[in-house]
Formats: sequence, C-alpha cells, structure tokens
Amino acid sequence: TMFATQVYGDSGKMKEYHYTGPVEHRFSPYSFNGGTVLAVAGEDFAIVASDTRLSEGYSIHSRDSPKCYKLTDTTVIGCSGFHGDCLTLTKIIDARLKMYKHSNNKCMTSGAIAAMLSTILYGRRFFPYYVYNIIGGLDEEGKGAVYSFDPVGSYQRDTYKAGGSASAMLQPLLDNQIGFKNMEGVQHLPLSQEKAVQLVKDVFISAAERDVYTGDALKICIVTKDGIKEETVPLRKD
Amino acid sequence: MALFDVSGYKSHAGLRGQILGTGVGHLIDRPNQEFAVPVGVDPSGFLKSCSREGGVSTDLNHGTTTLAFKFRHGVIVAVDSRASAGSYIASKEANKVIEINPYLLGTMSGSAADCQYWERLLAKECRLYKLRNKQRISVSAASKLLCNMMLGYRGMGLSMGSMIIGWDNKGPGLYYVDDNATRLSGHMFSTGCGSSYAYGVVDSGYREDMTVEEAYELGRRGITHATHRDAYSGGVVNLYHMQEDGWIKVCKEDVSELIHRYRKGMF
Repeated sequence: TMFATQVYGDSGKMKEYHYTGPVEHRFSPYSFNGGTVLAVAGEDFAIVASDTRLSEGYSIHSRDSPKCYKLTDTTVIGCSGFHGDCLTLTKIIDARLKMYKHSNNKCMTSGAIAAMLSTILYGRRFFPYYVYNIIGGLDEEGKGAVYSFDPVGSYQRDTYKAGGSASAMLQPLLDNQIGFKNMEGVQHLPLSQEKAVQLVKDVFISAAERDVYTGDALKICIVTKDGIKEETVPLRKD
Repeated sequence: MALFDVSGYKSHAGLRGQILGTGVGHLIDRPNQEFAVPVGVDPSGFLKSCSREGGVSTDLNHGTTTLAFKFRHGVIVAVDSRASAGSYIASKEANKVIEINPYLLGTMSGSAADCQYWERLLAKECRLYKLRNKQRISVSAASKLLCNMMLGYRGMGLSMGSMIIGWDNKGPGLYYVDDNATRLSGHMFSTGCGSSYAYGVVDSGYREDMTVEEAYELGRRGITHATHRDAYSGGVVNLYHMQEDGWIKVCKEDVSELIHRYRKGMF
C-alpha cells in the first residue's frame, strides 16, 4: 500500500492526500535500491551474506544482483543502499587496495581496510555516498572480525551486524540468537560455523517475509583461513 | 610558529569563496585531503533536502551523554555507549572515548563520523607534535588544534561536542570544544542530549575533596540517570580516571543493572 513509503519520510505526519496544489521537485542525486546485508564473526571464520534483489520504487530491476564484493582473500564487503554509489565505492576500494599492495608489498588487513574506508567515506562528508557498508573478514590473529559503517564513515568492530532495508528486523533477532540478549538461564555457547550459516539462512527467510525490498535469493560468503566459499539459497520471489 | 603551521588553518573567507563562488567542487583543507562538495548547493542544507525524496533516509549516527569533572585526585570521564540513526539504535556499544595517548583522552558526542574523524586527526597531529618537539603536547594546545579544525568548517553542518582531558606540566586539564569552535577550560562539563540530566546529578553530589571511589560513583550516577531519562542515551557506562601518571579505565557497566541498584533507594 501507499503507506509503505511513510517509513522513510516524515514519520508522525500523515501525507495530505487531498492536497492538489503545485509541488516543487528537485533532481535528487540519490535513489534507494533496497537490499539487506548481514555479517557474523565467529572464532575462526566470518560470514557475509546479502540478498540479491535490486529494486527501485515499486519495480524490481534485477533478481540476481548480490551485494557482497570480495576485496582480498580474507575480506568481503557488503554494500547496500544506492546501487550507483555501491559500484563506485567498491571500484575506489579496489583501486586503493592495489595501490597499497604495490607500495607496501603486502595485502591490506581487514582492520586496515576498515580504517581506510572510514576516511574514504568521510572525504564525502558534505555529499555522502549513500551506502551502508559492513566488512567481514579475518583479523591478523585469524579470528573473525566484522566492521560496520554509517554512510559518512563512523565505524566500529562488532561480532554481528545487519545493514540495509531489513536491518531493523534482523538486528534484534541476531541480538537474541548470537548475543543471548533477553533470555535467562541459557548457556552462552560459542557459535560454530554450521550453526552460524543455518542461522543466517533462517534470518534472511524471515526478512524476505516482511520486507518488500528483500528477497529472490541469498548469497552467503564464508571466509576462513582456507579462502572464501560461496553458497546461494533461493528466497521468496514475491 | 610550529603550532600555526601544523594546524592547517586557512582563512574562513577563502574557503567560502571556493565553495560557493567558482563552482569547483572541492574544498581543500590539508594538502593531501580534499572534501567533495555538491556544486552550487549549500552543504549544510543539502543532506537535509535529500532526506525526504524517494525513500532515501540519510540519518547519521547521533546522540549521547558524556561528562567529565576535575577533583582533588585528577579528572573523571564518564560516557554512555548508544549510537542512534534517527530512531533506530545503530549500536549499543559504541566507543565514545578516544585514547589519544597515555596522557590524553577525547570524548565524542554529536555526529559519530565527525567526532571519530576529527579526533583521530587530532591524535595524528599530537603524535607529530611529539616527534617534532620531543615533548608531549599540552592539553591546552591539543584542544586548540581541534578548535581550529572546527573553525575551518564553521557553518557547514558539522556536529561535534567533545572534551579534551589530560595531565600535563600545568596539572590536570579539561577543555570543552564544539563544532562552533567554542573552546572553554573548566572544572566540569557535560555534553550531548542527556547533558542536562547529568549536570543535575553531578552538581548536587560534587565536592572538591571527594575520595576516588566517591568520584567514580558520582560519574556513574550522572550517566546512569541521564540514560534513564534521555531516549538517545543508553548502553553501558565507560568510566576513565585521568591521574598524574596517565589515564586508567575504571569500569564498563550496563546502565540497566546500575539503575536497578540505585532504584532500591527510590520509590
């Protein structure tokens, strides 16, 4: 229904449907292409997952547009928001990774990529990249690391994070299942890789049920010391 | 002067001309850092105008309570840990204290990205100062560097309210610096949307000759009561103590547990 767009507009103020006067529209350099991204850090692995739907307004542009991008053998980034800025940002990150490799004769670590991305994003503080980024990978000690960002570069290291259109639905579920929040008398077991992958699949299935911008298929990238493994799982296409 | 060169301060009028006059889309502050600026539009209003169209919502991480006060045995620094993006809580464990060096701390409130970026830049300048001058930078100079960075971008929509805490040759130092380039030295400050609540609590319990444990408790209480009443503050209390031989991290406690402890005396 029309009310779907209220979430992003002026919350708390009903649109005046009986208003028939002229309305000024200006060219907006941004557009919202939907999509949800999720990353989980384990003891010796990291998972970055995203849906593959690319939408705009009421239309779906593509059912096969994943939002995970491989950066190095130990790092994957998930970008959702405005697809144009996602593409440009990943191109810039790839170029900077190459420059670093040529100058320093080694690959960038996950922590270094995160710090660099923060300054790249802040360089556009007054005309931001409309992208919600989450980096998942292994740190220098081989432990899983997740870094989450806001559009202008503020970031921090997390254990798990959801970003994009269904983030507000997924994050509380992850808080409960991985962070053991709001549960009493439950043993805090560390997350195994198999349980984490199953949890990610279940959580995206729930998101696709209730978020119009999430669905079609789920792409999971599992980062371990042996490299990056990819898995695709179908989701609701409606 | 070494401090003037290092601060990269450029005349305010020159910057304005670059943004609004020539149509060139770049703002040059430091030789190796340029900020992209939307051409022909006032930067501070641009983001707000984009937020309404086509479902685009560029709410940035915001909101907080931080406090710091001097007393006989040093300076206490207490902050909350909630980062909100509009009405969504983006993080419950944000880190709002930047450890610049073992003798300097900076707190962050307002826009998370602005605080993180400019205070990390301040940390870099403090390190360069130490390498060039073979002695640690004073708290007064560090806060002035940050203040001048803010002055260069005044009116462009930055949002930062921070406190610089340290111990140098003149003793304990506490400065408040904000995005208007206000810089104040004082004995007690609180910033963020929960600051009024924190001021009330700390003002009523403060004594210059408190013991260290009493001061810790006062800092904790200030933040806890502020998080209780302010929607945009919450999470955990991160408590630091600045002493003569450097800072120590005292504790990190969840505010919901603290408020239950305090409530035993209420109602």
